[in-house]
Amino acid sequence: MARLEIEAVSKTFGAAKPADGLSLTVEPGEIVAVFGPSGSGKTVLLRMIAGMFEPDEGDILVGGHSIVGAAPERRGIGMAFQNFALFPHMSARDNIASGLGAKARAADAASRVQAISRLLKIEHVLGHAPRELSNGQKQRTALARALIGNPEVLLLDDPLRNVDAKLRYEMRLELPNLLRRSSAAVLYVTQDYREAMAIADRIAVLVDGRLEQIASPEEIYAAPASVAVARLFGDPSINLAEIGAFAVQGALSGTVAGVNVRLGPADGQPPDRLCWLGVRPEDLAISSAGGDGAIPARVLAVTPMHEKAVLLLRLADGTEWLAALPPDAPQGAADDNVFVHFAPEAALLFDRATGVRVGQAHQRQAA
Amino acid sequence: MEHGSLAGRIFRGIALTLILLFFMFPIVWIFLMSFQTNEQILRIPPRILFEPTLANYEALISGQLRTAAGNLEISFMRNLWNSFVLSGAAVLLALVLGVPAAYAFARFKFRLGETIAFTLLSFRFAPPLLVLLPLSLYYQQLGLNDTYAGIVWVYQLIALPLILWIVRGYFEDISPDIEHAYRLAGHSWREAFTRIAVPLAGPGIAAAGLLSFIFCWNNFIFALILASADKQPVTVGALAFVTASGIQYGQIAAAIVLSVTPTLLLALYAQRYLVEGLSLGAVKG
Repeated sequence: MARLEIEAVSKTFGAAKPADGLSLTVEPGEIVAVFGPSGSGKTVLLRMIAGMFEPDEGDILVGGHSIVGAAPERRGIGMAFQNFALFPHMSARDNIASGLGAKARAADAASRVQAISRLLKIEHVLGHAPRELSNGQKQRTALARALIGNPEVLLLDDPLRNVDAKLRYEMRLELPNLLRRSSAAVLYVTQDYREAMAIADRIAVLVDGRLEQIASPEEIYAAPASVAVARLFGDPSINLAEIGAFAVQGALSGTVAGVNVRLGPADGQPPDRLCWLGVRPEDLAISSAGGDGAIPARVLAVTPMHEKAVLLLRLADGTEWLAALPPDAPQGAADDNVFVHFAPEAALLFDRATGVRVGQAHQRQAA
Repeated sequence: MEHGSLAGRIFRGIALTLILLFFMFPIVWIFLMSFQTNEQILRIPPRILFEPTLANYEALISGQLRTAAGNLEISFMRNLWNSFVLSGAAVLLALVLGVPAAYAFARFKFRLGETIAFTLLSFRFAPPLLVLLPLSLYYQQLGLNDTYAGIVWVYQLIALPLILWIVRGYFEDISPDIEHAYRLAGHSWREAFTRIAVPLAGPGIAAAGLLSFIFCWNNFIFALILASADKQPVTVGALAFVTASGIQYGQIAAAIVLSVTPTLLLALYAQRYLVEGLSLGAVKG
């Protein structure tokens, strides 16, 4: 099987630049999620690989050969579309069989359609027209059509977007196995960070046409490369506070809402400049007693959410933070005055000016 | 439509009946006239009940028009055949040329694209008489005067813009992703055009073909000027019924019935495609 290599690809549409020097390699059998907010250029990237438009600069290679300028049908690419793009005048069976291309033999095609539809559990609807299928069945049909030709590269453009929540959950569990069977290089576009984390081996975070970070889901969550990436992962999203970080006796510390808090060991140079402090809501703890590094706060609202409770807190300087606590942890009620703690290791520091991460987490990543 | 009070339903029924009477009356009256002799038609007051006669149809089909002034040769059946040949050939040619052109205008942005599309449409703006004089001069020079090819060619002025603009809209309504999906599945753009785009725009193509067939069928002036008697369609041939001994109302009515029937049958047959065409949006995606 072949590797997909995207090399410094750029694309401009008028004033917009949906791809700005993108480089990414996907190994055969690997699933890479391209994740980013809407309008960040995910679909444009996919369409350049599929040959719907060509990049202005850079190169795209499959198995070491450039596919830029080649006709879409000669690129060895399978694709599933967000809106399914099934052929309305053909049955599900013919839709899937069309994925074998123009040269498929009829007898061979029938058995392969049977095999792939068994795998995707749509054998019973093969005779139906697309308009008679549920959205889940439509997407499975579209996936079968993309998979049946054993493409070297598989592009999935937010395939679960139009599928209802229960099915989406099922498919999240099923898809990685299904995709790995094909041993294609898979590029999976999504707007849902949970989907990206559930399905992908690596996540490429795309913001404004640039790849901010390419790493494993765990690494992206624990050590986001920038404030922008940190904000995109996590629900509730990461708490931020503007601080000046400085080193005291080998440890890094900073002032949050008038309280001096420790921010982990100060290896390397302390960032003697304004920073964003980022703390995940689930890394916060609440107590009624103060202490070293405890930040006084007022509980504004408590939202119970089954597996956790989310507290909206206001710090002394007016900054609002969210804390996600396990249901059995001390929580407090609205209007309580409490103290907020977090472990120094949980603190993420980002340069105030550039948004790029500095300090401790960076060291952890390097190690 | 099922809800609504009894009074509302009665009122709707009456209104529909009145509208139907208003629109259908001329057609019904002509149909009745075609089975009457000139004397029966012209008597006052007119009667609904009469003794039907097939004399008008006999005269048309045999080509012998018996008038008070004697027998007259008419070539109505020949005219009817000419109408078929001219309109059919014109629409076929316009489909062969217009459908790919409509696809190009719908899918590709190219230099002067909109200008060309609009210029083609503007052929419909100009009164036919404006182009007829220069056209007949050209045709005489080219030897196209009084040939089927020449008339079919000039009928393109009617059929092509219509097909181009209607079918273009249908192509634009098809999501390009559907064609991309077909190409990525390993098919050339030619296959994507013939197996995906054309079948999906099928109802629109049928509607446009039917409309342009009707427009060609009803054309009068082009064939009147550019063709001689043996190549003229029914619209021109109907002039033969205005004879020295009076207007042959019965034969005219029979001729109308015969010349309307083919397009009417075609429209009835194509109706389900037209309806399908209107509801295509519901199937998309």
